[in-house]
Amino acid sequence: MSVKVNIQKCNSCEECIKSCPFDAIEMKEGKAFINEYCQLCMTCINVCPEGAIYEETEGTQTNEQRPLDYKGVWVFAEHREGKVAHVAYELLGIGRTLADDLNVELCAVLLGASENEAQELIKWGAEKVYHAKDNIFNTFNDEPYSKILTRLIAKNKPEIILCGATPLGRSFIPRVAARLRTGLTADCTSLKIDKETRNLLQIRPAFGGNIMATIVCPNKRPQMATVRPRVMKPGVYNPDRKGEIIDVPSDNLSSRTKVIETVKEGTGCFVNLQEAEIIVSGGRGLGDAKGFKLIQELAEVLGGAVGSSRAAVDAGWIPYRHQVGQTGKTVCPKIYIACGISGAVQHLVGMQSSDIIIAINKNPDAPIFNVATYGIVGDLYEIIPLLIKKIKENKGM
Amino acid sequence: MRIIVCIKQVPDTAEVRINPETGTLIREGVPSIINPLDMHAIEAGLQIKEKIGGKVTVISMGPPQAESALREAVAMGADEAVLITDKTFAGSDTWATSYALSMAIKKIGADIIICGKQAIDGDTAQVGPETAEFLNIPHISYVRKIENIEKDLIKVQRLMDEGYDIVESSLPVLITVIKELNEPRLPSLKGKMAAKKAVIQKWSAQDIGVSENDAGIKGSPTQVKNVFTPQARNDRKILEGTPEQQVDALIMELRGLKCL
Ligand SMILES: Cc1cc2nc3c(=O)[nH]c(=O)nc-3n(C[C@H](O)[C@H](O)[C@H](O)COP(=O)(O)OP(=O)(O)OC[C@H]3O[C@@H](n4cnc5c(N)ncnc54)[C@H](O)[C@@H]3O)c2cc1C
Ligand SMILES: Nc1ncnc2c1ncn2[C@@H]1O[C@H](COP(=O)(O)O)[C@@H](O)[C@H]1O
Repeated sequence: MSVKVNIQKCNSCEECIKSCPFDAIEMKEGKAFINEYCQLCMTCINVCPEGAIYEETEGTQTNEQRPLDYKGVWVFAEHREGKVAHVAYELLGIGRTLADDLNVELCAVLLGASENEAQELIKWGAEKVYHAKDNIFNTFNDEPYSKILTRLIAKNKPEIILCGATPLGRSFIPRVAARLRTGLTADCTSLKIDKETRNLLQIRPAFGGNIMATIVCPNKRPQMATVRPRVMKPGVYNPDRKGEIIDVPSDNLSSRTKVIETVKEGTGCFVNLQEAEIIVSGGRGLGDAKGFKLIQELAEVLGGAVGSSRAAVDAGWIPYRHQVGQTGKTVCPKIYIACGISGAVQHLVGMQSSDIIIAINKNPDAPIFNVATYGIVGDLYEIIPLLIKKIKENKGM
Repeated sequence: MRIIVCIKQVPDTAEVRINPETGTLIREGVPSIINPLDMHAIEAGLQIKEKIGGKVTVISMGPPQAESALREAVAMGADEAVLITDKTFAGSDTWATSYALSMAIKKIGADIIICGKQAIDGDTAQVGPETAEFLNIPHISYVRKIENIEKDLIKVQRLMDEGYDIVESSLPVLITVIKELNEPRLPSLKGKMAAKKAVIQKWSAQDIGVSENDAGIKGSPTQVKNVFTPQARNDRKILEGTPEQQVDALIMELRGLKCL
């Protein structure tokens, strides 16, 4: 595949040059010319007013044939201290849809944890669970995790592997893709099957959420993707569902990294932002560290977690792990409440896919209002206590 | 200690704007910068060198323009810079990028390789771990503190969901770093002079032994099928009235949506 210019049609308007995110178009002898930095993003094709830019599929296609003997959809079920994480059930939800579209089975892989947790995965929709019980999996080290998954895939040949886009998943699964010489698409927010080719269409944000891209892996199997937590609906829980648990031997595994200690760092409330349904975030507008007491109180009455902007982290009011945004966490809760946050792009990219965004800011021109579902213009020190009071009334607290 | 830092030149996404009519990226005038987290990777490399001695080599794979990013790293204090650049690398996905980086790293030789956790353009966070796999060495992601580093042992704090792990590894090792690790230094005057004079080595695919089938579009398992702009939300509402009225309105809305 490549992008070409029909120089007869090109009228030298240079619109394509401005649109190219990769500096891959230049003017040569008065006509647009696509140079070697083209990433095939197709932006220019849509921009060209003359329709002079087109995609050429012939000739350059790799003659490699897609392997046909890969079948089945697998999800990697991560757990925390022996308890399967919610994201695994979400993967079983989307995994079911994909498996039905392909008419194949849906399996889960569980490393460590108990048989009981493997049964839970079946109730949430897995037909088979590959379960490796060895103690080596109780703490997370990248090498044994990636080695055993690589082995299982090579042996059983599933066509799709999904994994949560969590710190754990995003750390070890790239090694699996590298070893299997296949593609891996990071942090997908939507997945579909192209029924004609059986390819997985992997949709994800890029360029700080400014554009969405559909990624495919047409000639290699398995197709691998990490999926953003809280975006997919969990599977349907059926306590009577029966399935098969397959014991996986875990010999010859070693790890050159060693976890010496696991330290929990709570600030009193729930901090796993990526799994929270509700996040209340505070920014520089709080004025000082004490402001987070108020934020925390609101989070508590709502049963949510506390987030923050970078400005608040840089000021030392709250630890970095609470930071949402480009250099912090990407979150997607049901409700995101931004208090005293201006809404800089670097913050927005980390939270703008939340279902409902509520902004409280005293400046009516703050950019946060451009993405807010509900905007309240006012002083947060006046608004939040009121809000806490009313929510408590509503909840009969 | 042989220290290699991998850096990527990226468009400053904060400056990227969308043309509302065509729904496409406006790239004009958007500056190129060193990926912000890679600045922390450079700083980490320099600090290790200052502590236990060694040499810091920065490498980048990219178009010829990426040379300016490498010069900036030299200005900060890096000893040596290599640009991996070749037409056949165009269109590389994370698999092909990591493979090329690993081949270059093999050629240079390293005890510790430092990457940013992720790049702000692609946001994949995959290049570090994939590179480690190709080199057949361990890696530790999300390093927020280096507690100790010796000739053949490193001890770090790795940020996880609900806290952090203290992780030890043998060397050689690859680490990916987060912003919390350090504060990148500004280039010194001496550094700026050095950067002007520095010779940036340029290596082609052939120089690092990467065959055409493993590079660029041909070597990349994934392809971008299309790009589109995210759907604009049209459910926005600025609430009105006194603070009390606004809060009441909000509560009503949330109850209507069954969020309360
Ligand atoms: C490379 C890079 C990466 C970055 N990564 C991130 C990131 O991951 N996450 C992130 O958040 N930022 C990030 N930033 C920083 C970002 O650009 C902004 O500086 C930051 O988000 C601003 O934080 P803020 O909204 O809390 O502060 P400000 O921009 O100062 O906004 C404070 C807001 O509070 C309002 N306010 C003040 N007092 C009150 C009151 N009493 N009641 C109500 N409202 C009030 C003000 O009107 C203002 O809108 C990054 C920047 C760079 C360069
Ligand atoms: N082309 C490249 N050249 C050098 N280093 C890179 C390149 N791409 C990615 N990296 C490194 O890998 C990290 C993660 O990038 P990514 O996987 O693209 O999010 C970056 O922070 C860099 O340290």
